[in-house]
Amino acid sequence: MDNNGKPHIVPYKNHIAVLAVLLILTALSVAVTSIELGPLTVTVALLLATAKALVVLIYFMHLKFDNIIYSIMVAFVMFSIISIIVITFLDYLFR
Amino acid sequence: MSENLTPSGEPSYLQYKGRYRGIFAWIFSTDHKRVGLLYLWSIMTFFIVGAILGLLMKMELISPGKNIMGPQTYNGFFTLHGIIMIFLIVIPGLPAVFGNFFLPIMIGARDVAFPRLNLTSWWLYMLGAVVVLTSQFTGGGPPDTGWTFYAPYSFQTPTNMLPAVTGAFILGFSSILTGLNFIVTIHRMRAPGMSWFKMPLFPWSLYATAWIQVIATPIVGVTLLMIIAERTLNIGFFNPALGGDPILYQHLFWIYSHPAVYIMILPAMGAISEIIPTFSRKTIFGYKAIIASTVAIAFVGYFVWGHHMFTSGMSGVALYTFSILTFLVAIPSAIKVFNWVSTMHKASINLQTPFYWAVSFIFVFMIGGFSGLVLGALSTNVHLHDTHFVVAHFHFIVFGGTGFAFFGAMHYWFPKVFGRQYDAGWANIGWLTFFIGFVTLYGPMFYLGIAGMPRRYYDYVEVFHGGNIISSFGAIILIAGAGIIIANLVKSAIYGEEAKQNPWGGITLEWQVPSPPPLENFDEIPHITKGPYDYS
Repeated sequence: MDNNGKPHIVPYKNHIAVLAVLLILTALSVAVTSIELGPLTVTVALLLATAKALVVLIYFMHLKFDNIIYSIMVAFVMFSIISIIVITFLDYLFR
Repeated sequence: MSENLTPSGEPSYLQYKGRYRGIFAWIFSTDHKRVGLLYLWSIMTFFIVGAILGLLMKMELISPGKNIMGPQTYNGFFTLHGIIMIFLIVIPGLPAVFGNFFLPIMIGARDVAFPRLNLTSWWLYMLGAVVVLTSQFTGGGPPDTGWTFYAPYSFQTPTNMLPAVTGAFILGFSSILTGLNFIVTIHRMRAPGMSWFKMPLFPWSLYATAWIQVIATPIVGVTLLMIIAERTLNIGFFNPALGGDPILYQHLFWIYSHPAVYIMILPAMGAISEIIPTFSRKTIFGYKAIIASTVAIAFVGYFVWGHHMFTSGMSGVALYTFSILTFLVAIPSAIKVFNWVSTMHKASINLQTPFYWAVSFIFVFMIGGFSGLVLGALSTNVHLHDTHFVVAHFHFIVFGGTGFAFFGAMHYWFPKVFGRQYDAGWANIGWLTFFIGFVTLYGPMFYLGIAGMPRRYYDYVEVFHGGNIISSFGAIILIAGAGIIIANLVKSAIYGEEAKQNPWGGITLEWQVPSPPPLENFDEIPHITKGPYDYS
């Protein structure tokens, strides 16, 4: 079995694109704080943070080119963290 | 040819002469077996300290009123006892000692995937331990929050919190690195032919545990940093006066610290799953069911943390959810017990010390588990929360589960680790004394809790005196048992008879290498063709 994923050389423009997306999302997460979203404030902040993490994982850390097992592991971890956050909010939203 | 040499004549890991001499040959060794023993000596040293603290607390409680210490000292003692026992002993416990030593051998590898990272984990463990223990002797005196560091008290108490919290943070890194190392080792270094379902159950339990270590530990790390920020920068994460929420601390703390119970108990279950088939001389019953229950416990165990907080003021929806999830996690635990008992059914059991530890593990684990259901039910939890019933429950699970499995594993693998056999007579006397002491110490606490005696008080009213006398004498018996066990093992490691390669007739890979194993474990990496418990 090929454990090293697909051979690949990523051009610099990809890294620049990742940087641009991260900067835009960071600006967005700052900008969104000026909008009163009520209970959705944390949800929006977490969604933007998740989007940034995914861009880093998939492109900057080359998950896209790696063996599928690594994507499954990362997906499992993300599912666990999301479940933990959802269950925590069963307390805060219904308190 | 001596059994301590491999066919190619390679010396054992104990005799091997590397780059360094004396103690440096140990503290700078990247050999997984030596790292495992470094953890063993460290953990046993801390265990003796933690056990003495526990004994002194029980001596304070032997009669009402002040006996040998006042309330502030008692608070410091139960905090330090908890920190040492949880963070320095039962969390690293089986994975760090027996995982390090036996995981590579049991999967047919020469070492873990990252040997230097492995040694770094031990160094971080020792650094964290030193920083934690520093809190006892410096600053404003020993921390008095209990090992849970609950907010808001943890950022208000004048006692020396910062070193304790910082030390726990460092210990978390050690745990994460060990977990990461084990995950990569199991994925990448299994012997040819060892598919996932040909892997023994102890490595399986380490695999599930490693995922908890990697995913859950960072959460408590961040939480402890928040406590540091709260104390030093007065930010207000958990301070209601600044808009914070103290219950948020409890959520964050238990999101790690409940799965941490499974970091403790899953490898213990893995060790028991090795001992029982070996001494039953039978294939383990329901191999795949045990694997499924291991993974299920690790997974569902993430989502039950709220049962520590039923009286903290959570919403009703959260209360019901956590209660249901808590009952769910009992199912895979019960599956394991049924499988172990079924393995013993109609078996030709070889009654040896490790087997006594294994069956007594099942006994105390069952009592701990059933009392956990009493606490998992909302209606009874309200009455029993923060009473001695809780103390009894978690000591039956954590000390009974992890402790009995640790001593069981110690006796099971002792001939392999040290190449010498222990004195079986003294080992059995030690086990029996320890078992009687354990039940006498913690059994009465169930009664005391139901009668309403709260935990973490140095004094009590006269009505609780009877139960406390029995419990305190139980502590003395237990310490005597632990003394016999440790003395017997230390003496046997030095003077014991030379052990055979396979004294118990085990069939997993560690029994196919010399006792003690050579530096790189195998002359040739074995090719695996059948399951790990195939006694046919």
